[in-house]
Amino acid sequence: MHAPLRRLVAVISLLTFSGAVLAGDPTAAAQNGSGLPWWAWPAILFVVTFFLGIVAVLGGVGGGVLFVPIVGGFFPFHLDFVRGAGLMVALAGALAAGPGLLKSGMASLRLAMPLALIASAAAIVGAMVGLALPAHVVQTALGITILGIVVLMWLAKKSEFPEVPRADALSTALRMNGIFYDAAARREIDWKVHRSVKGLFLFVGIGVMAGMFGLGAGWANVPVLNLLMGAPLKVSVSTSKFMLSIVDTSAAWVYLNQGAVLAMITVPSLIGIMLGSLVGVRLLKVASASVVRKVVIGMLLLAGSRALLKGLGIWN
Amino acid sequence: MADMPDNGKQYASEEQLAYAVWLDWGMKLGFVTLVATFLAYLLGLAAPHVGHEQLAQLWSLPVGEYLKATGGHTGWSWLSLVGRGDYMNFIGIALLSGITIVCYLRILPLFLAAKDRVFTAITVLEVLVLVLAASGVLVAGH
Repeated sequence: MHAPLRRLVAVISLLTFSGAVLAGDPTAAAQNGSGLPWWAWPAILFVVTFFLGIVAVLGGVGGGVLFVPIVGGFFPFHLDFVRGAGLMVALAGALAAGPGLLKSGMASLRLAMPLALIASAAAIVGAMVGLALPAHVVQTALGITILGIVVLMWLAKKSEFPEVPRADALSTALRMNGIFYDAAARREIDWKVHRSVKGLFLFVGIGVMAGMFGLGAGWANVPVLNLLMGAPLKVSVSTSKFMLSIVDTSAAWVYLNQGAVLAMITVPSLIGIMLGSLVGVRLLKVASASVVRKVVIGMLLLAGSRALLKGLGIWN
Repeated sequence: MADMPDNGKQYASEEQLAYAVWLDWGMKLGFVTLVATFLAYLLGLAAPHVGHEQLAQLWSLPVGEYLKATGGHTGWSWLSLVGRGDYMNFIGIALLSGITIVCYLRILPLFLAAKDRVFTAITVLEVLVLVLAASGVLVAGH
């Protein structure tokens, strides 16, 4: 492993779980006031999310999918507020990336709009269900989902340019197709999609999960767009990122209106992950993609296990 | 332009470009507002509704209990507390959460002018979904 990357991995591992190490039982520390001063948790949160931002970029995942299980598992904040912050983190990342992706033609508004309509309506339902269920049930379901994502990331293949013999009737009617310039291949790519009805159905489930757990849903969007519907990988990743700005908006409003967004948790996380993402982009040149991917999978495995065990009352 | 493809050709449609430009401005406005209000909150320039020490004792509670303990409210009632340091941050958060609705309203006339009935309908439906979510009429809780 590259030496700077090895140091980075060590620091990330240390800081990610520093909350648990520093405070022992963090909930008790916060409640009885005998632990850390009030500003310590937001400060640790800022540092941890800064490194999560780096890892998210290097690992090619959204910040939300790392943020919710790790912060929910190892910080004293209630899961309601962590999910609210997670949605804002995912939303902010998508809003920041959206304009560039749309202008370059890598993201497709026509591909995103019908899918986002379904997913954003479903995300409202997911958010309401998530806020109505007891925390341990959501925590358990979150753990299972994160472990499912680990399996998906480990097994899922990606296809740079999937073969789509013929666009289906719905995608043709909606003109869910386009052309983009692939700088790596130095050519224009003409793309179209198929199996759009199946895709629309799957986005119902994706929306519910995004709203319920406060996760960005790029981990699910990309396989559906790329492997099922046949959009080129770059179009899938870009359109997925842009779609999060629509889908997470609807769920974010539900959390905001229910009072489940706390500025002291949300803003340091948001700034931390944004700054980390900027550093992550610079580190992309030296980072080994396969090593970072394994680190991300390892972090998700640990955080997912923690969420599951916490939800089941085994590891509180 | 940094966002143009390397070959200098424009691949984005008119509505896609219009959406992108408004999203860009709205996002920047939201971020600047959020950072400014958070600094005011953190530095104590505006007194918070829930003090920092008290917040640290309550953030481990479910949202319903937290609101009960702090006298907080749901929906848009935060507007009545917007002068307080903590609730002031909701301006930036609401801007970030609301910009997508504005972007959809921006492209609606373009779809109408193009007589694209399907995407006009999708745009209107999406605005309705997002406005419903933002309205605060949807009630959830433990």
